[in-house]
Amino acid sequence: MITGHLLSAADLSKDEALNLLSTAKELAAITDGPNKKLPTLRGKTVVNLFFEDSTRTRISFETAAKRLSADVINFSAKGSSVSKGESLKDTAQTLQAMGADAVVIRHGSSGAAKRLADTQWIQAAIINAGDGTHEHPTQALLDAFTIKQHLRNDKSDLTGIRVLIVGDILHSRVARSNVLLLTKLGAQVVLVAPPTLLPVGVGDWPVEISYDLDSQIEKCDVVMMLRIQLERMADSFFPTEREYSRRYGLNSARLAKLSKSAIVMHPGPMNRGLEISADSADDLKSVIIDQVKNGVAVRMAVLYELLGGAQIGESK
Amino acid sequence: MSILLSSSDIDRAIKRISHEILEHNQGITNLVLMGIPTRGAYLADRISAFITEIEGPVATGVLDITLHRDDLRLRPPKPLLPTKLPPGGIEGKDLVLVDDVLFSGRTIRAALDAIGELGRPRSVQLAVLVDRGHRELPIRADYVGKNIPTSKSESVKVHLSEYDNEDLVELIK
Repeated sequence: MITGHLLSAADLSKDEALNLLSTAKELAAITDGPNKKLPTLRGKTVVNLFFEDSTRTRISFETAAKRLSADVINFSAKGSSVSKGESLKDTAQTLQAMGADAVVIRHGSSGAAKRLADTQWIQAAIINAGDGTHEHPTQALLDAFTIKQHLRNDKSDLTGIRVLIVGDILHSRVARSNVLLLTKLGAQVVLVAPPTLLPVGVGDWPVEISYDLDSQIEKCDVVMMLRIQLERMADSFFPTEREYSRRYGLNSARLAKLSKSAIVMHPGPMNRGLEISADSADDLKSVIIDQVKNGVAVRMAVLYELLGGAQIGESK
Repeated sequence: MSILLSSSDIDRAIKRISHEILEHNQGITNLVLMGIPTRGAYLADRISAFITEIEGPVATGVLDITLHRDDLRLRPPKPLLPTKLPPGGIEGKDLVLVDDVLFSGRTIRAALDAIGELGRPRSVQLAVLVDRGHRELPIRADYVGKNIPTSKSESVKVHLSEYDNEDLVELIK
């Protein structure tokens, strides 16, 4: 079981991750039933502290918390005192004063979640929902859950599964968390990107690296397309969008080369026609909607493990 | 430490409970057994196997109650165990909950809440291998393997071969 905070996929041991995924599976089964609501976190308050825009992650955390009967407070930087210049510290202390039990934070700066967890500004459990270009651990967990659901039975880990992560690795917190978690679970990860979109020091990661999607596409079990983050593309990382799309985009020709059981993933939001063509996104091999659905169950499991039992210093 | 039930005692108790369940519910047509993990689930399987021998197959499932416990806040969180609904569900059925030891009654209260999430059975009955007394809630068992008066400081430990490699009920002082 995980305790304290969830800041990085690296914080999880292999057993903790597998336990969490099996708990998520049970929660998914319960919420498929007639009554989706459980009393488990009644009286707890979860704050969604979002300094960056998000649809999926915020709604997913909100749904997860509400299904466990927690109260949810949504905070977005737009329309709050942050736009008047309030600091992270003051915002955190405000939330502490209001009695938040967990804070789900998305922030544009790498390390923001760790900053909240390490200081005494707030006592709540901190869950990293994406910090800059650093990490997004619950996305990695839901991706592992989805891969397991489609390609592996109950008990086993992901040994023998070959995962291509394609696109902007440099700016992608999803890629970082996925590399950490999927390799820990035994999967073989291949990063496919133009050299300009690979981070410095990637040679030390426990992954293979390729600059050529076509040479890799036939021999993988999972192809995970990353979003080209147009908001972070001010420097010229590739000549034109069209050239990127032709060399690194998933289109119907490449889709046809995938093995029969392979699945297509995307963390969303998609740029249809750029990194993934519309027909690939809507193909039967695409599990993108499953990823969204599984996100709720995985986040319920995280909230349950962090808030469900006795907290540190609150024993009987 | 003393032995309260031997392997053959457990066997006889399970057979008697099975007969009582059949007698009370007049057969297996509307019957569903739900075991509470860990050991209650194995007991439910044993009762189910014996009833299958004498009257035919009976719907059997597993009910995890972790999320409904009222002492959830007092202990570290536990991983969830699987809940398995029998194919016909529990709606309108006569449901027999099966657990190993009946003590405070809090587990059963949680189980009743968990059942409420899954559907509305026509009736809910309770079968336990050992009733050791000291109820904290107005709950009683319909079928009891053995009533064992205990002191609150003692504990009753059920071993089942499926999980503990032997069949035994012991009293630990």
